[in-house]
Amino acid sequence: MKILVMIKQVPDTATQVKISGDPKAIDTAGITWIVSPYDEFAVEEALRIKEKRGQGEVVAVTLGPERAKEALRSCLAMGADRAIHLNDPTWEQADTLLTARALAAVIKQEQAALALFGRQAIDDDMGAVGAAVAELLGWPCASWIMEESVDEAGKTIRVGRQVEGGLEIFDLPLPAAVSAQKGLNEPRYPTLKGIMGAKKKEIKDVKAADLGLASEAPALSVVKLEALPPRPPGRIIPGDPAEAAKALVKALREDAKAI
Amino acid sequence: MAGAIWCVVEDDRQGNPKKVMAEVLGEASRLASQLGGPTEAVWLTDKATEAGLKQLGEWGAKRVLLVENAGLAPYRGEVWAPVLAELVQKESPQAVFGAVTTRQREVMARLAARLGAGLAADVVALAVEDGKLIATRPVYAGKLLSKMTWAKTPWLATLRPNVFKPAEGQPGAAAAVDKPAATVPAPAMSLVERREESSTGLPELAEAEIVVSGGRGLKGPENFVILESLAKVLGAAVGASRAAVDAGWRPHRFQIGQTGRTISPKLYLGFGISGAIQHLAGMRTSKVICAINKDPEAPIFKIADFGIVGDLFEVAPALEQEFKKLLEK
Repeated sequence: MKILVMIKQVPDTATQVKISGDPKAIDTAGITWIVSPYDEFAVEEALRIKEKRGQGEVVAVTLGPERAKEALRSCLAMGADRAIHLNDPTWEQADTLLTARALAAVIKQEQAALALFGRQAIDDDMGAVGAAVAELLGWPCASWIMEESVDEAGKTIRVGRQVEGGLEIFDLPLPAAVSAQKGLNEPRYPTLKGIMGAKKKEIKDVKAADLGLASEAPALSVVKLEALPPRPPGRIIPGDPAEAAKALVKALREDAKAI
Repeated sequence: MAGAIWCVVEDDRQGNPKKVMAEVLGEASRLASQLGGPTEAVWLTDKATEAGLKQLGEWGAKRVLLVENAGLAPYRGEVWAPVLAELVQKESPQAVFGAVTTRQREVMARLAARLGAGLAADVVALAVEDGKLIATRPVYAGKLLSKMTWAKTPWLATLRPNVFKPAEGQPGAAAAVDKPAATVPAPAMSLVERREESSTGLPELAEAEIVVSGGRGLKGPENFVILESLAKVLGAAVGASRAAVDAGWRPHRFQIGQTGRTISPKLYLGFGISGAIQHLAGMRTSKVICAINKDPEAPIFKIADFGIVGDLFEVAPALEQEFKKLLEK
């Protein structure tokens, strides 16, 4: 069973993010890059499916600039068998739609049985690529999965999808796309052996032309990035617990009108 | 004439639109007054109710496009997206809005891909500039705002709950109900079962107007009863920080933050939460933020409107008493 895991390289949560000279982009100097955390859940789950079945192939895929190879290398170190890097200047301004088209083309070319995604990438938080790819491929999809099992024949995946107020358990015939929610698993740390082995694994560069895709303008684009408007300065309420509680409730009612 | 602004209805699966639709319809009507075109609701369901249709009219929908079909329940994106796409292609609305809920986040992504349209997900503001719609979205853990625009119509967006001003509600205003013909495709995926969460009697986290949240300062899972008791008085939802969830004190679905839920309540009360960036990412658009922490240097005080430096085990029960006094009046 061939599993493709789509991942994205994003700035680390704790890293400082500043707007660059071009107001549409961030200044990438000094940023620590990581694999988006939800994508790590997806990689981990792909590896577990392969290990449980005792056979199959896990391929990590990303679309991004040259530096994104590091993120693929991390996935290889975790245990992915090989990687595909959609690496072409034509995708510099790619939005969700163009990214989804490129990923759908790779998944089709690779004839994957299962496409795994993170619920959303933690840079733009759009959370739309997985479902968009499923639509382009005409596949069923389940977003925000908390659990899964693939049947022995490799024909069906049973997933628990998180929804408001509960969990919906669905059977999806393969091929299918699913996106990982936190709670699905606990991603492994790469071992030293894994890190060393990753250096020998293949990362294939793929251009838009290799997928038969023409250059296209995005459907959605950034006009500009802005800093957050500052919040008005806060007020520390003094006093012992009883006094402070009384004063806070009064302030919430009379000043903030929040209750 | 300008095309309609459509609002895809999120319902409770019992035939009633959820309260977030007052916000989506309210925002659509506000924009329609600038852009032209009517505000309309599109409702895909296995069963609508008269009360539900009436409610949509009172919230400002001039027309409801109702597709009532047993095949639409349970929700499956592969079934819903083609139905919505067929309606969009027939009627050419200028915009299609949804709410940020698990299913609408997914179906709007599928719809956008099917139409070749742009989708701005989890939007916190919309504005018209030179006749074009501009969406504002928090990005990079809420550290920046991204203003985005579409190359062409239809403009697709999902709106974050509790952020947009809800429609006032015009008693007696009625929507025309159309039942357009639509092909409902056969599903590939099938529902095995639905496991309901044990009901806490408290509202759902993402929809709650007041959220009480606890972190490492609670010292253990058993102490969340203190917050639950306070939440009951306020009719609030109870959330948790990543530290509390990773420690196994609360299930994942209660986590607020970058790898949890994003909330935007009218009032957020954080107890024993330091305010790590990844937590702030999930709650910084709350209207009023209160922090209770014994560490005066905790970063959460930097974004809090009101803070109490003190022991939450003393402050929380005192607050509960004060809220009780106030609300029982």
